[in-house]
Amino acid sequence: MQATIEVNGLRKHFGPTVALDGMSFTVKPGHVTGFVGPNGAGKSTTMRVILGLDAAEEGSALIGGRPYKSLRNPLRHVGALLDAAALQPSRTARNHLLWLAHSQGLGAKRVDEVIARAGLGSAARRKAGGYSLGMRQRLGIAAALLGDPPVIILDEPFNGLDPEGIVWMREFLAELAGQGRAVLVSSHLMRELQDTAAHLVVVGRGKVIADTSVAELLAAVSGSRVTLRTTAPLEAVRVLEHAGATVAALGQDTLTVSGLAAEEIVALLGARAVPFFEVAAHRATLEEAYMELTRDAAEFRAATGQEAAR
Amino acid sequence: MTTTLPYHSGLRAGRDGFARLLRAEWTKFRTVRGWVIGMAAAALVIVLLGLLTASGSHASCSVGSVEVACAAVPVGPGGEAVEDQFYFMHQPLAGDGSITVRVTSLTGVITYPPPNHNEIVPGVVPWAKAGLIIKDSTRQGSAYAAMMVTGSHGVRMQHNFTEDTAGRPGGVSAASPRWLRLTRSGDMLTGYESADGTQWTKVGTAHLAGLPATVQVGLFVTSPGDLTVKQADLGGSIEQVRFTQATAVFDHVDLQGNAPGGAWGRDAVGVTGTTDWERYHRPNGVQESGGTFTVAGTGDIAPRMDGQTIERTLTGVLTGLILVIVVVVMFITAEYRRGLIRTTLLASPRRGRMLAAKALVTGTVTFIAGLAAAMVTVTFGKQILRSNGNYILPVTPLTELRVVVGVAALFAVTAVLALALGAVFRRSVAAVITAIVVIVVPHVLATASVLPEGAAQWLLRLTPAAGFAIQQSIPGYAHVIGHYVPQAGYYPLAPWAGLAVLCGYTALALCLAIFQLRRRDA
Repeated sequence: MQATIEVNGLRKHFGPTVALDGMSFTVKPGHVTGFVGPNGAGKSTTMRVILGLDAAEEGSALIGGRPYKSLRNPLRHVGALLDAAALQPSRTARNHLLWLAHSQGLGAKRVDEVIARAGLGSAARRKAGGYSLGMRQRLGIAAALLGDPPVIILDEPFNGLDPEGIVWMREFLAELAGQGRAVLVSSHLMRELQDTAAHLVVVGRGKVIADTSVAELLAAVSGSRVTLRTTAPLEAVRVLEHAGATVAALGQDTLTVSGLAAEEIVALLGARAVPFFEVAAHRATLEEAYMELTRDAAEFRAATGQEAAR
Repeated sequence: MTTTLPYHSGLRAGRDGFARLLRAEWTKFRTVRGWVIGMAAAALVIVLLGLLTASGSHASCSVGSVEVACAAVPVGPGGEAVEDQFYFMHQPLAGDGSITVRVTSLTGVITYPPPNHNEIVPGVVPWAKAGLIIKDSTRQGSAYAAMMVTGSHGVRMQHNFTEDTAGRPGGVSAASPRWLRLTRSGDMLTGYESADGTQWTKVGTAHLAGLPATVQVGLFVTSPGDLTVKQADLGGSIEQVRFTQATAVFDHVDLQGNAPGGAWGRDAVGVTGTTDWERYHRPNGVQESGGTFTVAGTGDIAPRMDGQTIERTLTGVLTGLILVIVVVVMFITAEYRRGLIRTTLLASPRRGRMLAAKALVTGTVTFIAGLAAAMVTVTFGKQILRSNGNYILPVTPLTELRVVVGVAALFAVTAVLALALGAVFRRSVAAVITAIVVIVVPHVLATASVLPEGAAQWLLRLTPAAGFAIQQSIPGYAHVIGHYVPQAGYYPLAPWAGLAVLCGYTALALCLAIFQLRRRDA
């Protein structure tokens, strides 16, 4: 089976609310794909549709070319962690993994392997009801690994992890991808994925805003803005706008220019003899790039905050 | 470390199968201690309540104020307890033969009937019987076939206590006599009737396997007690049975075959005591005058309905069922409450199969628990009841097996119904209450004497509580007057028919649950 996830034109409503509005993207094997967007952007719904839990009104979601519901022994093909709290509290972690293993024709030996792999150790014989959220995430990871699947789908796996756990999770995801698996990881916080994901699918309001590598995204956003400090802001604005740039005043002597590279700005202002004392290409972080992309897509934003950002 | 080669698992791929789902659901069930304890408690409650009820049930027989050993109850050829008491005027008949008689009168007395209970009145109870009988011997419970006129059910042919065939309706009088004929040919006995002694109509045949070469043949009269049922306070009822006696007049007695002839033997078969009426007014017996025989008798030739039944030990079934319902509903609603249902559906995306596996595991677990509980309860409950002097109406091993296995099936099917309701409601409280309302409450209402009898019977026909019929070991008989109501342990539907009603509701609920599960987002 090809270790891919292909999502094509998914549409879905919850009553009058549009949950998915033509969601389309592909997850390829060999690297971690970050699935980011604000809360309510449709990440979890998309994952549930991929996993056959929710039905989409339109479009298709295929794993290795097949819909999830047609997979036999699905946990051998896809490992998923949707909600780490979905446990019977009075059942031990090991027994939770055991019934899952039995459903896929796997035995207790495999259960003990994934318990060790997820770092649960002797805690696995305790009742899951007493687990911290971090422990539950590890148990969820163990469950996702049970069938040794080529495709892994994790919904907000960083939630509830302590810093040590976050480091562990990042290394773990990198290792899984390094083994040639397709790994799709959702998060509403870009910084969680900053050093982990090689590819990003940024979503908002039920559709994909950007489907790009991390490097491309950073370059695209960083290249677009230059900060200019000048003693003649009015003249500078006239010259730069004439050249096709978009200029915004940031302070008395500070302008933000987009649409022109820093070298072009220096050349233009020099040729027109407009005085300036600082030109700085803006170096965006992934977080800022993400904010930029999702600003219009964020479901809940304050009008004043939006103005202040300009 | 990074490579874009697709990942290949080192795990050995096995075949997909329903057995895996069963194993997974069984693992789920057994790994939650509360559910296992709940199921064991359900079984234990049945055993404990059953044995407790049996221990508290005592009976004894006495003559006057002296306690004596109870007389042995005769058992019919089919193994059932029987009443076999009648006045018998008989001769031995070797080999094949035939007896014919004309009945010109059937009268009788009923002692102290309602409303005033202060006098003895002339009257014939509906199932007073007078006619011809060919019987294995005068031993109570032995095989027989009989042609008879009855108090108000016309001519009948009956054999071996439980079998009854109707002939011409209507009463008998001098103006409208009935001719009866009973012939033996090997094991086959055939009954005929006629209004004039020339035009004969066949009423029925009876095959009496193992009938000896020489049988007793002759005239008989018997008259069962007069039963009245009075509504008591709180919806209960009071049953009263009064002594009756029937008297029939026979003539044209014609016995064909190898019989000695001469004097007829006279026996009050099965009669143990005599009433004041018999002592001072009219004893049972035969008066002969010129070929006319006037025979008076009392008793009945019919299945006996008086005694304890094996299902009386199963008093804990309702309580056990409530426990089972709670455990089984939790088995599915806990998954909804925790969101675990999504994990289950990830492991088994074919939802109908998943629910079927859950239902099968639930049904099997409850079946085994119910079977163990019912087996222990009936086996030991019977012993305790007997040692306390109670008479238990005997049933065949097959019937006892049906009761025990049936109770286990009642548990299993109810459990599946509760599971389906749990899947439909996805909330434990709603599902538990609904399950109890549809199966436990109707049974309680129907058997607790709070409803009119008709309403109680309809409840046990139309609701899933019909399934309780499976535990009825002794059937009611149309030709035996009895108070056949749910509170006395008689269900309006036959045992398997009742269970089928419950199964129908369960299938319906399961289909609804699967339909919803498939349609809804998880």
